[in-house]
Amino acid sequence: METAASTAHAPAPGARPAARTGRDKTLLLKLPSVLLLLAWSIIPLAMTLWFSFQRYNLLNPGERGFLGFENYTFLLTDTGLATAIGNTLLLVGWVLLVTVGLGTLLAVLFDQEFFGRGVARVLLIAPFFVMPTVSALVWKNLLMHPVNGLFAFLLRSVGLPTIDWFADIPLTAIIIMVAWQWLPFAALILLTAIQALDPERKEAARMDGAGPISMFFFIILPHLARAIGVVVMIESLFLMSVFAEIFVTTSGGPGLASTNLPFLIYRYALLDFDVGGASAGGVLAIVLANVVAVFLMRSVARNLEA
Amino acid sequence: MQRALRRKWTLTAVAWAVALLAFFPIFWMVLTSFKTEIEAVSTPPRLFFHPTVENYLAVQARADYLKYAWNSIFISFGSTLLALAIAVPASYAMAFFPTKRTKGTLVWMLSTKFLPPVGVLVPVYLIFRDMGLLDVRTGLLMVYTLINLPIVVWMLFSFFKEVPREILEAGRMDGAVAWSELYHLLLPLSLPGVASTSLLAIILSWNEAFWSLNLTAANAGPLTAFIASFSSPEGLFWAKLSAASTMAIAPILVFGWMSQRQLVRGLTFGAVK
Repeated sequence: METAASTAHAPAPGARPAARTGRDKTLLLKLPSVLLLLAWSIIPLAMTLWFSFQRYNLLNPGERGFLGFENYTFLLTDTGLATAIGNTLLLVGWVLLVTVGLGTLLAVLFDQEFFGRGVARVLLIAPFFVMPTVSALVWKNLLMHPVNGLFAFLLRSVGLPTIDWFADIPLTAIIIMVAWQWLPFAALILLTAIQALDPERKEAARMDGAGPISMFFFIILPHLARAIGVVVMIESLFLMSVFAEIFVTTSGGPGLASTNLPFLIYRYALLDFDVGGASAGGVLAIVLANVVAVFLMRSVARNLEA
Repeated sequence: MQRALRRKWTLTAVAWAVALLAFFPIFWMVLTSFKTEIEAVSTPPRLFFHPTVENYLAVQARADYLKYAWNSIFISFGSTLLALAIAVPASYAMAFFPTKRTKGTLVWMLSTKFLPPVGVLVPVYLIFRDMGLLDVRTGLLMVYTLINLPIVVWMLFSFFKEVPREILEAGRMDGAVAWSELYHLLLPLSLPGVASTSLLAIILSWNEAFWSLNLTAANAGPLTAFIASFSSPEGLFWAKLSAASTMAIAPILVFGWMSQRQLVRGLTFGAVK
C-alpha cells in the first residue's frame, strides 16, 4: 500500500485511471473505521494486560508496583472463581439447551401455514426487544415474587408450596429469565433458515413417502445444522457476558450462588476497587471468549466467499 | 379438504398458545401499569379493574422520566448516526473496490466484537474517569458507536453488495464522481438496507445495559439505568415500575417488529439470510 502522503493528495478521482486512484481513494474511506476499531480493541486490551501484573488499588493509588503473576495466583486461589466459572457455564449451557431445543421446534411450527401467522410471530419475538433491566425486574417482581407474584398465586391455587425463586434457586430463576429473552432470537433465526429451504426438496421427500418425523430428522435438521451452529456461537458470546440481569435481581447472591464471571470481575473492580485483580479476571474472560469466537469466526468467514 | 382444514386449525391453536405464552410477561407488565399500587400486588391478581393512567404521570412527576428518555434517544440515535457516517464510506469502498485485504479486514472487524466488555471494564472506566467522561452522555455515545461499528459495517457491506455494479458504472460514465455516486446513487438504491441497519443499531444501543450501568448515573443515565434504579427495595412500586418499563420498551418493540427480517442478517453477520 502507498504511504499516507500519496493518499492525501489524491482527493479528486475525476479523469484518472480507476485502478490507481481507486486504491488510494478507498484507503482513505476505510481509514476512520479501521483506526477507531484498532484503538478500541488494542488500547483497553493492552491496559488490562498491563494492570493485571500490577499492584493497583483505587483506594490506595500511591502503592503501585509490579507484581508479576501475583494477581493471577490470587484470582486462581479465590474460591469464588470456581463458583463463578461454574455458574457461567451452567447459565450458558442451560440457556443454549432450552433456546436451541425449543427454538428449533418453534421454527418448524411457525414455518407451517396457520391463521394469523404474521401477528403470532410478532408476539413470539417481542421478548427479544425488551431491555434486560426491564425483563429482570418484571420477572423478579410481577412473576416470581414469593408472596405477591403471579407464579406464587398459580402454585398456591393448585395447592403447591410457593418458591422464593431468587433466594432459593437464584441461578435457575436467572436461567429461566434469560432463556425467555433469547428463545425468540433462536426461533427467528432458525425460522429464517428453514424458509430458505428449497420447497421442492420437501415436496420430493414427501413424494417418496417421508412422514413428518423423518422429514424433520432427514431433511430439516441437516439443513438447519449450520444455522444452529451460528445461533450457538452468537448466543454463547452474549450469554458469557450476562450482567444486568444479575445486577438488578440478585447482585450475585445469596452468597455467590448466582455470581458469574462478569459479575465477579465487576465486584473486584467497582466494589473492591482492586484494579489488578479485576484485570487478571478480565484477561481470563477474554481468553474464554476467544475460544468460542474462534469457532464462530470460522463458520462466518466461510460465508464471505461471494 | 376437511382434514387439511382441521390440521390448520390445530396448528393455529398450538402456535397461538405458544406465542401468547411468550408474550405474556410483557402483556402482564402493561396490564399492571394501569392498576393502582394496591391492585398491582393484590392476590389473587386482578384481571379486571378500573384502568388508571396515574402511574404514567407519577413516573414523570417523581422520577423525571423524560430526562432519561431523552438520554436514551440522544445516545442511541447519536451513536447510530455517527456509526453510519464512519461506516458508509468504508462499506462502500469494500463492497465496490475490494482488495486482497478486504476479507481479512472484515473478519478482523467482526473479531473486535468478541472482546467481552467485562475484559476491558477497568481500563475504560479509568480512561473515562480521567477524561471526565463518567456520567456524560457523549461518553456513552462514543462507546456505543464503537461497539456497533463492526455490525454496521458488515450489514451495510452486505446490502451494498446487492446493488448491481452496472448501475454505478453507468453513473460514472455520466461523470458522477465518487462522493456523488455514493450519495445520489448508492444510498437511495440501498435505502431499505441502510434503514434496517440503523434500526438494528438503535435497538442494540437502546437495550445495552453493561456500559450504561457502569459508566453513567443520575445525570447521563439512559432508560436501562433508570429502570435499574427501581430495584432498590424502598423504590419498589410495581405499578409505577410497570408504567416506566412499558414506556421504555414501547418504541423499541415497534422498531424491532419493523426490522425483524433484516435483523436476522445483522445479528448473524450475514451468516443466515
